[in-house]
Amino acid sequence: MLPAVSRPVFAFGAGCLALLVCGCQVLVPQSQDEYVNGRIRITYWEKWTGFEGEAIKRVVDHFNQIQDRIYVDLITMSQIDQKALIAIAGGDPPDLVGLWSSGLPSFAEKQALMPLAPFMEKAGMSRDDFIKVYIDVNCYRGELYGLPTTPATTALHWNKRMFREAGLDPDRPPRTLAELDEMAAKLTKYDGQGHLVQLGFSPAEPGWWPWGWGFWFGGQLFKDDEIAFDSPENLAAFRWIASYTNRYGAEELRRFQSGFSGNFASPQNAFFSERVAMVMQGVWLANFIHQYAPKLEWAAAPFPSAAPGMENVTIADCDSISIPVGAHHPDEAFEFIRYLCSQEGLEMLCMAQQKFTPLKNVSPAFVENHPNEYIRLFIDLASSPNACHTPDLSIWFEYSDEITAAFDMVLFGLDTPEHAVAQVQQRVSAIWKRAKESIERREKAEGKVAR
Amino acid sequence: MTNRERRNLRNGLLFILPWVAGFAAFIAYPLGASIYFSLCDYSVLKAPIYIGGANYQELATDPIFWESMGNTLFFAMLFLPLSTGLAISLALLLNTGVRGMAAYRTIFFLPSLTPMVASGILWMWMLNGEYGVVNHALNYLLRPFGVEAPTWLQSTTWAKPAIVLMSLWGVGYAVVIYLAALQDVPLQLYEAADLDGARWHSKVRHITLPLLSPAIFFNVVMGLITALQIFALPYVLTNGAGGPGRSTTFYAMYLYNCAFRYLRMGYACAMAWILFLIILGLTLVIHRASRRHVFYAGG
Repeated sequence: MLPAVSRPVFAFGAGCLALLVCGCQVLVPQSQDEYVNGRIRITYWEKWTGFEGEAIKRVVDHFNQIQDRIYVDLITMSQIDQKALIAIAGGDPPDLVGLWSSGLPSFAEKQALMPLAPFMEKAGMSRDDFIKVYIDVNCYRGELYGLPTTPATTALHWNKRMFREAGLDPDRPPRTLAELDEMAAKLTKYDGQGHLVQLGFSPAEPGWWPWGWGFWFGGQLFKDDEIAFDSPENLAAFRWIASYTNRYGAEELRRFQSGFSGNFASPQNAFFSERVAMVMQGVWLANFIHQYAPKLEWAAAPFPSAAPGMENVTIADCDSISIPVGAHHPDEAFEFIRYLCSQEGLEMLCMAQQKFTPLKNVSPAFVENHPNEYIRLFIDLASSPNACHTPDLSIWFEYSDEITAAFDMVLFGLDTPEHAVAQVQQRVSAIWKRAKESIERREKAEGKVAR
Repeated sequence: MTNRERRNLRNGLLFILPWVAGFAAFIAYPLGASIYFSLCDYSVLKAPIYIGGANYQELATDPIFWESMGNTLFFAMLFLPLSTGLAISLALLLNTGVRGMAAYRTIFFLPSLTPMVASGILWMWMLNGEYGVVNHALNYLLRPFGVEAPTWLQSTTWAKPAIVLMSLWGVGYAVVIYLAALQDVPLQLYEAADLDGARWHSKVRHITLPLLSPAIFFNVVMGLITALQIFALPYVLTNGAGGPGRSTTFYAMYLYNCAFRYLRMGYACAMAWILFLIILGLTLVIHRASRRHVFYAGG
């Protein structure tokens, strides 16, 4: 006979059992969740919100409508790279993940993403369909780990009204960096107490690419498998940054910029509120101008370079779509990528996000109907031989954080360009050496297991 | 053991089982694993590879590790005395028995209830160098002397003091603890002091503070732990960057970046253990010092 169990103990035991059952429900992947009305369910994590989120939702809805084998479940995810990392490490990742191209190498190096070449070959897709730079940014050591969804390039945006007011031709942007500096000086204004009230240009507004200024001087960040930050070109870029500090004073620049820093998507944005006359910004800026400063008189042109003969320099990057290692349905996931990266899919997405498409073939209607009147400029910049991008480097975040800190120190007059550049070179070279040792160690360990 | 005792033991163990299971799965195992991972090259995405003490060795020569440690100690050294002084002063003021005291106490406690992120964003605006209300007031006072108010979060010098200032906003919890402790101070001691003609500051110095010392000890230890682990506020204020120029890269932020941005979980685990040892060491030091300075009324 079973021993008599007191009522509280029974209730407690039953409670535990219920918890255990619930726990198992959560922990064990649910087979019925893998199908929706008999269609294979693909989970797709994407970072976009607002109108950009609406744009991808429309594409996904359209895909779900036009075929009956696969159902794509779009999930909006903040801090997507960190959540993807945990999901991949935990062995239960989404089938598709929308990462940033700059973060791709660190995932690829740790073999967290599936190479896409075999899928592309099977589907009859070619890398050559895409603008080259957007394939380059999705490659790690030559292998393709993502396809571009929404691309971007950067250009000079200037305020025509402020140009006119300063006696400059509003339709003629600076053609060299020296000319930009000269115009910036004319566009700068002080109040009666000697405080800045208007700035022609600042390398720190918006300050999103502190690592990229060397590109306009002909510099590179990574060359022949070595960190190449201490090149004369990168040093010249840092000297140019320091020239702005020397001209206006670190404290005054800081005070002026504290009024609008961190207020990109708002009417307080320095460019929208007409406190800075020229900025380097990406193709997306037009969206925000339409939203926050519809009356702003502006134009865009390639950001002028310092190196003679070097034209159409730009920073190119993109949002990407990848298949994580461990995805339950990689073939079906690629089926969606194939649709998304078709001319139809990308034009639908990129038009709604008011960007251009990463494809070489663009329909004439796309350019004609595009709300950004300078869209042609951004498309042309993407194909420029001087379109630069983040290096194919798994330690990129460490590298860029180091440059950002050095940039701040030079901008605030707390370090010399020479010392700052040398320090970045020395620190990041040490990090790179350590990372290479780690890669070797891993390859050795995996080799052993394979044997 | 009688039957009844055995049954009690079984029932007791059963009741404690969920907690033990939770503790083992969510605390004991991760703790143990983090010791092992701290000795590994571990990126989370791939299996850990044992590398001995290499992570700890690297920490010794990592300039950012030392910078973040310096920032954190600077913050703690500024925050602890200021928060302790402010909390005790507020508690003394809120213990004076003026009419409407309950309302005042509530008002001073309210900021502690504001979510950190919300108050952080609000402070960001108040401390704005150009349009902030704080600088408007400061400049009104300072400009006649030819001095400009600092740009706070934009300045490498003033960013940390700005974060101290924001953190002081949440001093309400400590105030409540001090208030409770103040209720325990026997009134006859003050009466005796009054008879001896003691003044207000003598009573505070010789009666209130010594009898408040167990609460001060508790708050200092808790404050130290909180200060050394500061993360959320600077993370929100600087968007995770710890700028300008790494001036607000605190220990826990660098640790987080190592783990989740640079994918160096092994290295981050080593950092976590060093922080644990530092907190343990400092707490022991305070504990030892407390033997001479903390008075327990019970004897």
